[in-house]
Parts: sequence; C-alpha cells; structure tokens
Amino acid sequence: MSISAPVVSAAERVDERKLVEGIQERFGPGVSISRGEGGISISIALHEAGLLPELSKCLFWEMGCSWGGFVAEEHESHWRLSYVFLASRLGWIEVLLHVPSGAHRIPSISSGVHAADWHEREVEDLFGLSFEGHPRLGDFILHDQVWPEGVAPHRKPHRKTMDVQQTHLRHRPNPDWRPLLVVQDPGAFAMPVGPVYEGGIGESLHFLLETVGEDVVRAIPRLFYNFRAVEKIAEGRSVPEGLLLAERFAATSAFAHSMGFASAIERLRNVEVPERAKRLRVVLAELERLRHHTATITDICGSTALAVAASQASIVEEELLRASCAFSGHRYLFGLNKVGGLSRDFGAMALGRLQRSVNEAAERLHVLEDRLYFTSSFLDRLEDAGVVIPEKARDLNLLGPVGRASGQGHDLRQECAYNEYETYEFEVPRESEGDGYARLRVLFQEAYQSARMITQAIDRLEAGPVLVPEDRGSSGVGMGWVEAPNGAALHWVRLDNSGRIERYHAMTPSFNNWLGFHVAVEEFAFQDFPIILATFGLSATECDR
Amino acid sequence: MSFWFWHGLKNGIRTTQYPVMPDLTVGVTPGRPVKTLFANSQEAERASGICPTGAIVSHGNESAVLLGNCVHCQRCRTSLPQAMDWREDYEWTIGGSDQKEFEALPGAYVRSTHIMVVDAGDCGACLREVKQLNNPFYNMHRLGLFLTATPRAADVLLVVGPVSENMRGPLLKTYEAMPTPKKVIAVGACAISGGVFGHTFMSAGGVGSVLPVDLKVPGDPPPPLAILHGLLVATGRKSPSREESVATVGASA
Repeated sequence: MSISAPVVSAAERVDERKLVEGIQERFGPGVSISRGEGGISISIALHEAGLLPELSKCLFWEMGCSWGGFVAEEHESHWRLSYVFLASRLGWIEVLLHVPSGAHRIPSISSGVHAADWHEREVEDLFGLSFEGHPRLGDFILHDQVWPEGVAPHRKPHRKTMDVQQTHLRHRPNPDWRPLLVVQDPGAFAMPVGPVYEGGIGESLHFLLETVGEDVVRAIPRLFYNFRAVEKIAEGRSVPEGLLLAERFAATSAFAHSMGFASAIERLRNVEVPERAKRLRVVLAELERLRHHTATITDICGSTALAVAASQASIVEEELLRASCAFSGHRYLFGLNKVGGLSRDFGAMALGRLQRSVNEAAERLHVLEDRLYFTSSFLDRLEDAGVVIPEKARDLNLLGPVGRASGQGHDLRQECAYNEYETYEFEVPRESEGDGYARLRVLFQEAYQSARMITQAIDRLEAGPVLVPEDRGSSGVGMGWVEAPNGAALHWVRLDNSGRIERYHAMTPSFNNWLGFHVAVEEFAFQDFPIILATFGLSATECDR
Repeated sequence: MSFWFWHGLKNGIRTTQYPVMPDLTVGVTPGRPVKTLFANSQEAERASGICPTGAIVSHGNESAVLLGNCVHCQRCRTSLPQAMDWREDYEWTIGGSDQKEFEALPGAYVRSTHIMVVDAGDCGACLREVKQLNNPFYNMHRLGLFLTATPRAADVLLVVGPVSENMRGPLLKTYEAMPTPKKVIAVGACAISGGVFGHTFMSAGGVGSVLPVDLKVPGDPPPPLAILHGLLVATGRKSPSREESVATVGASA
C-alpha cells in the first residue's frame, strides 16, 4: 500500500468553512451539504455513487478527517449507506448514499481509505452487498466452513432463529475451505494457532503464522469466532433490552459501551443528562479504563514471563475489581447506565472509599512502572517488538492506546467532547516509536490520567438527581460516541415509530485496530508473538460483537 | 534483578483462606438476588416483570430466582419500590441435570485436576474471572487445580459463552479430544441459558444444547470464588448448592 496524498495529521483542528467550501468546489452539483441529525454535525448527501471513492479519499487525506465507521441500513425500496468521518474538534461528518434495492454493486472506498476495508467486508458478508474494486471479499464474519456463500443473515427476510442447518438446504458450506497463503518460498509453511489456545484463557482467535523457518514472515488473524450477531438480536427489541446487549457484548469495556448506547438514545430523544450523572459517569468510565489498562499491563508482564511483576499487577487489578464491586455492586460495572443518567446514586462515604482505592492503585502502578523500567530483560523483549510506524497508524486509522503509541489515535474526550470532558484537566499521552515499549508507556500514563480525572470529578460533585424520567415516544436516528478503554467507539441506533430498535450498529475500536494488527506482525521471531499480541491489548469479543 | 524478589516479599501473602474458611472481604462477590417475600402479590408480579431474562418467578406474594437466567442487571435491586433480597455469597454452583445426583471425579483426581477453558462466544468477563483464579488472591495451584493447553491432558472442561455458531465445531472437537472421566462446567449465565443473547442463528443458547453439562456456575460473570467453588464441587471437595430446587418449586406452583 502506498500513500500518494500528503499526510495531514488527524489531530489538527478542522475548519468547518474551509471544509464545506472545499467539498462544494470539488464536487459541486454532485453533493448537497446540510446539518446532520442525531449527533452528526455535517451531512453530505451524494447524488452520484461514482463520486464516493474520491470524496472519501478527499475527506480522509486532504481535509484531515479520521475514519469513523460505516452503517448500512436496509429500507423497503433502497439501501441507506452512511460513511462516518470525524473532523477533529468540529464533529462527525456523514457521507450519505442512497442505493436502490435492486442495484447491489457499490463502489468500494477502501483503496483510498484503507481503514474502511473491514467495514466493507462486514457489510458484504452480512447484507450481501458487493463492493466494486474491493481487493478481498468473501470469508470474513461468516466462516466458509460453516456458512454457505450467498447467505445474508442481517437482511430483513432472514429470521433471527433461522439456524445454519436451514441455510444448507439451498447451498452447501465448504468444509475444506483454506485461507490463501501469500508466502510462496520453497519450504514455506503456515503454522495455525487457535481458536482454542494459550492454556485456554485466550479469547477465541485464529492466526496463521506464515514462516520459512525461524522467523515469521507475516501473521493473519482470523476473527469472528465470538460473533453473536448482537445487532440482529437488538432489532425489534425495546431500548432497555438493547442497553443490556450493548453492555454485554464486550464486558471489559461494559460501562463505556453502555454509555455509548445510552447517549445515542439521549441524543435521539434530546434528553439532557443531569450534571451529577455526567460527573459520576466520568468517575465510572475512568475507573473502568484504569482497571482495563491494569489488566493489559498484567498480560504484558505475563507474556514476557516476568512472574513477580505479573502477580503484582494482577493484585492491583483484583483490588480495583473489588473496589468497583464495593462501590457499584458489580465487579465489571454492569447495570449502572440508563437512558437519561444512572440507575443509582452514590453516597459520599462510598465515593471517599473509591477515591482511596484509586489512589492506592495508582501508587502501586507507579512503583511497578519504576521497577519495570529497570528490568532490562523485560525491556529487551518489548523494544522494537511489533513496530507500527506513524504513517501506517494514520493510514489504518489506529485508535486508542495502540494508535497513540504511534503518534496518532484521536481521543474523543479531547477531539469531540462529551460528558463535559473539556472542563477536566488531563493529558493525552502520545509516543512516536510505535513499538511494544511505547504502548506500555502509553498504558501507564493513561492509567494515571484516569486516576487524576476520577479525583477531579469526585471533587466537583454536587447534590442533585442522577436520572431524568424517560420519554418513550420518539423515533429517529441517534449516534453516541465514547472513548472506550481500547479507543473511540460509535453506537448508531435507529428507533422505529413504536420506539423499538430498528437498526443498531456498534463500531468498536477493536474492530478498527485488528485490521491494523497485521502491520505489527511482519518479520518477527516466533517467541515475540504473544508479546506483540499482549501489547496491542485488543479484545476479540469487542471486535466480533 | 533481586528487587523483584524483595518487592514480592514486601507485599506479603494475599491469598484467600477459602475453602478452609469463608472469604468475607468486601467486593469478592457481587452477590445475588434470593427468594423474597413481598407485601402483596402485585409487588411480586412487578419484580418478575422487571427482570429482562425471566429469572424471577412469582407465586402469590413470593418471588423466587432462577439463578441460571440471572444476568446481574441489578434492575430488581435498583428500580423497584421494594428491592429483591440480596445475599452476598458465592457458593452457588448447581448440578447440571435435575434428574440425577452429581457424581464428582474419582478420588485420584482430587489433588491434580487439569482444566481446559474454551471461550465459546464469551463477552470477556467470565474469561477474565477465570484468569483471576491464577492471581495471588485465589491461586488455584495451591488446591491442585491446573490450567492446561491441551484437551488430551484435561479432566475438566470450563466453557464460557453461549456457544456461537463459529465456535460450535472447535468446542465439540475439544470435548471429543478429552479422555474420560471428564466433567463439563458451564460458567456464566450465557453458558447456562444463553443469557441476553438467547437462542438465535448465531448462538446455541447455552452449552447444554451442544454438550452434556455436569455443573453450572451461575452469575454474569460469576466471581472467581464461585468458579473455584464449581471446580471444588467437580472434584468432590464441596457439594453443589440446593438453591435451584427452591426456585423450581416456585415455578411449578
């Protein structure tokens, strides 16, 4: 992949007037620009499908926008395709394309915006739409050993309960399906890893390590073993039921995702969350980030077989889990978010205890960090392991700590504020090396920043309600965004006239970052593989949904 | 790097006294809703109405809990005028089938049990809690429980998640590769009843529809001590909880 257009860093502020005028000048009568709905700032409606690749490329490479995600929606007579971009500190930009139902070929944008690659494959697999010019379609979410080609389970006629056996009546799956191998040297072979591996306590993932002997040339992950079709299950359900699903598809970021879903509905219904709930949401979201990063640090120490450090980090993790449970009644912060605020309030005593636990955890992490940086055998394993250069990170739109370790990775708390994050004092750490060591440093720094924000939020708490009463009538589209521990997450929801979910789409940071994982695993030694995997800290289940 | 040695020593022993003594530390378990007596039958009906997974069964002014369905959304605790009673324990493993008594692994396995964990569509929480069993607080090695990477050496199969369609094959292969005697433990609400995912084209709605399940550890996710209790039941060092039978009486009445 070569980058032809000049690289504009995504972190620079995007000027709205310049952007709108620039687009109008280039694409003139082909587009009409308007205000978007449900959290989208600018909506660019395309009249001509052919302009799509050029426009997305222009937004991503020339206007300095980052890639957000892709929402496909099936309506009675047409498809509504919405390509979401983030303009830094300006808001979300949506490129809207309506395609008549019969026409199933849509120009692919992923040759210009590489980050959109998997998003298009997802839609192709689940909706049966075909993207012209896409380099690789086919086996993706629906594994070809299990699912026959031509099944589109997310389309309206496919019933939720129609199981795989029924799809076999017309077509047969291919039990002998094998992935394409790229390395063709004499003696080259592929070593399969997974989906059940790592003593079992790894998530279900499959890797094909292509090698010619000692070194691995490349490793291609195969995901979606955990695909549970959360979006399809949510269809036709009520909002509280949808919230349960959003909370439970990736439990290590449960609070972030339930907050994303809840804020999508809040935006759709124009609900203003009370001040106290906003601040408590910051406390809980940062608590989750602190715990999540501690868990990732535990895994990194474990992957280098530094047993004492792994044990010490896991002590901090368990203590944070216990503090979360003592504070909220659940170790993974389930059942707290509600549309319009939080399901419960917290007393001053409980907040004080939480504050002490958080301070203690941050102190312990500081001690651990100091010692780790003096452990040369540990650093030797991390340095230069799984390097992602900044240009690649921008190209593939890497998010969260992984992107920030390569100097990229927009932070929605800063770029597109929600929950009044702009009033908090915090820094977004960035490194430029893009190796495992840089990722570890970013994780530690982010954990400290989270502890800092918890203190600020608790200090500012004022008495008041934590929940506004729900109104159930409204329909329409809403988008919620949240900086989940792994990076930016978008939750896109459409409610029908009866207030039930018509389409729900979660665009998760892990989905984004797994696409970039292959860049980090090129030309490396076998024994580095678990280390690179651990420093990425990605979640398969968050990707799979 | 001797400082790691000192660092470890300085932090002292953190390991729980369980199973010799109960662990009463705050935060080791989220607890669970239990059978509750309400003021009148309408209140009891409201409790079962608010439960999204049908885990609360009401009869008269009494509500019982089918713990295998409970997804810990806490709605029966936070959104009712009278909340369900809550008990902060963790020994809640139940037998897989109502018809027959649970038979533990033979005595030779008691101090050396090898466990295979399969993630069959889990959300990550149950898996993380299984992982916690190896941290210094729970340290399951002290009880002769070991994780193994190969099904050929495994005695117990821990399954988390509702069994996604793409994992059905790998799960069955793992099970078939295990030598007998073997025990299957379904960990978490999803593995027991499908949880919030239920039975769909992509989820089998629980391990029970794919494999014979010997033990169930309810919870979403069950805390590490509950999973530990399940493993101790499998090796015959603890006995399964009887709570489920109470709930079924409430359901049939």
